[in-house]
Amino acid sequence: MNARTIATEAKLLLIGIPVLLWTILPVYHMALFAISPKDSAFAGNLWPNHPTLNNFAVVLQQKHHYLNFFWKQMGNSLVIAVATGVITLLIATFAAFAISRLKVRGGRLVMNLALFTYFIPAAFLAVPMYRTMGLYGLLNSQWALILAMVTLASPYAIWVLKQASDKLPEELDEAAYIDGASALQLFRLVYLPLMMPSLVAVGTYALLLAWNEYLYAFLLLSKDTEVTLAVGLGNFLAADDSPWELLMATGLIYALPPAAIYYTFKRYMVGGLTEGAVKN
Amino acid sequence: MSTAAIIATTKAPTASTGRAWAATQFWGVVLVTPYVLVFLVFVLYPVCYGFWIARRPETFAHLFDDPIFARSVANTLVFLVVGINLKMAMALMLSNFFVQARRWIQWLAMLFILPWALPSIPTILSIRFMLNPEWGIVNSLIFRLTGDDGPNWLNDPGLALALAILVHIWKSLPFWTLILISGRLAISKDLYESAAVDGATSWQMFRYVTWPSMRTLYLTCTILSMIWTLGDFNSVYLLTGGGPADLTHVLATLGIRYLRLDSVDLSMAAIVAALPLVLPLVYFMMKRLSK
Repeated sequence: MNARTIATEAKLLLIGIPVLLWTILPVYHMALFAISPKDSAFAGNLWPNHPTLNNFAVVLQQKHHYLNFFWKQMGNSLVIAVATGVITLLIATFAAFAISRLKVRGGRLVMNLALFTYFIPAAFLAVPMYRTMGLYGLLNSQWALILAMVTLASPYAIWVLKQASDKLPEELDEAAYIDGASALQLFRLVYLPLMMPSLVAVGTYALLLAWNEYLYAFLLLSKDTEVTLAVGLGNFLAADDSPWELLMATGLIYALPPAAIYYTFKRYMVGGLTEGAVKN
Repeated sequence: MSTAAIIATTKAPTASTGRAWAATQFWGVVLVTPYVLVFLVFVLYPVCYGFWIARRPETFAHLFDDPIFARSVANTLVFLVVGINLKMAMALMLSNFFVQARRWIQWLAMLFILPWALPSIPTILSIRFMLNPEWGIVNSLIFRLTGDDGPNWLNDPGLALALAILVHIWKSLPFWTLILISGRLAISKDLYESAAVDGATSWQMFRYVTWPSMRTLYLTCTILSMIWTLGDFNSVYLLTGGGPADLTHVLATLGIRYLRLDSVDLSMAAIVAALPLVLPLVYFMMKRLSK
């Protein structure tokens, strides 16, 4: 190793170490609180002196009044995320197939409207959506959140699926039609199998979007037994004497499934997202 | 649906292919209908309803008289101008760092996307606790190192807004870095090799090789990031709650503030008032994508 390579490595480390600290600190802090007894956590220790799993036991056994409905809320998050994923997948797959393969009239308009919806920040749509959900009588029903999340997830889902579908060769459809296949057979036997990777990416995207959602969840749902875990976590902020160590333990449990899914499907997610978000 | 099918049939090019074409169009209409319904019921109607609620000029006069509105607009602009440029510059720099072929850098890249992969609520709340003036870990450290009490981070409007911007950057930096990395990897290696043969410095390589090929991507990312940042509710709301004294609100949280104050018309008006900022950006992105 000569002086020049050492200098290059040193420069890289000079970037790498701050990047590592910046990235990991809030996550480390969360984990530190989650495994520390209350006194030790609040003493400002940087290292868990007496690591314990007690906080997790308290959370899982719902032994604190903030956590009375932990399992219920976890279940709500799961049901809403899975429902959003499935419904978005159905709606978006149908729409993308109709627009891209069947070349339905007005397909371009529908695609543009969907894209427009995708680009309008969701936070701006929240209040109008909240009011109309009230008019529809859906407020405080989990359907309100599921439908809202489907509305937010499908535009991007349709767009990604349409992009992927446009890449399938035209000859496939022609061959299928010559063999006497109907549009539905084309959908089932040709389109679905070839689109599998994109379908996985899109379903995961919608699922994570719904699981992670906070704003819409707290607007549309209010009963403690109906809200998602995200809202349950936000409720810890209601009081100054909140049990932080329990909040962080709950937060860690809440954050694990999406992180696991993200890293498992990273190949699909990053590919789909980078292609989807920005096209040159 | 049947009328659409009839219209489709009458416009079919020839009689023999016409029936097949009509069947295709029929299924096309059937399959696209669920999304169209979702759009009409949960996007178009709410938007029209929102405009209708915010239809009176007095509402806007009332809104513009509220000092919190002016403050929120100013905060939003700071968020956009400072936050996004800082974030995108960091992402561009880091994209250059992460393409270096080192085992440890690849591992770091895996960790680096953690803020993006984790949900916002627990991580932002964790940051909020770190900044607690009495027992937060940041001020504990400051006290241990200097013997002085640290600042009351979230109780100072300027500091609190700056921290909300940092939270936003922390959360979304990995995403933009990933995108710029993929743009960076698309540049031919030959260009760098021939530049190296010509004795180019790393700055010259960036200036004359990397930047020209990434300029368009960088601009698109910046615009898209502006749109998403305009709608970033969590970074501000979960960190500062808009406080202290409602001085750190942005346009994305202002609507919720008015909703909490039970003035739905102001809430809608605040959103409508944000549209002149949002729509040109959306128009730009639509143009980009439909090319």
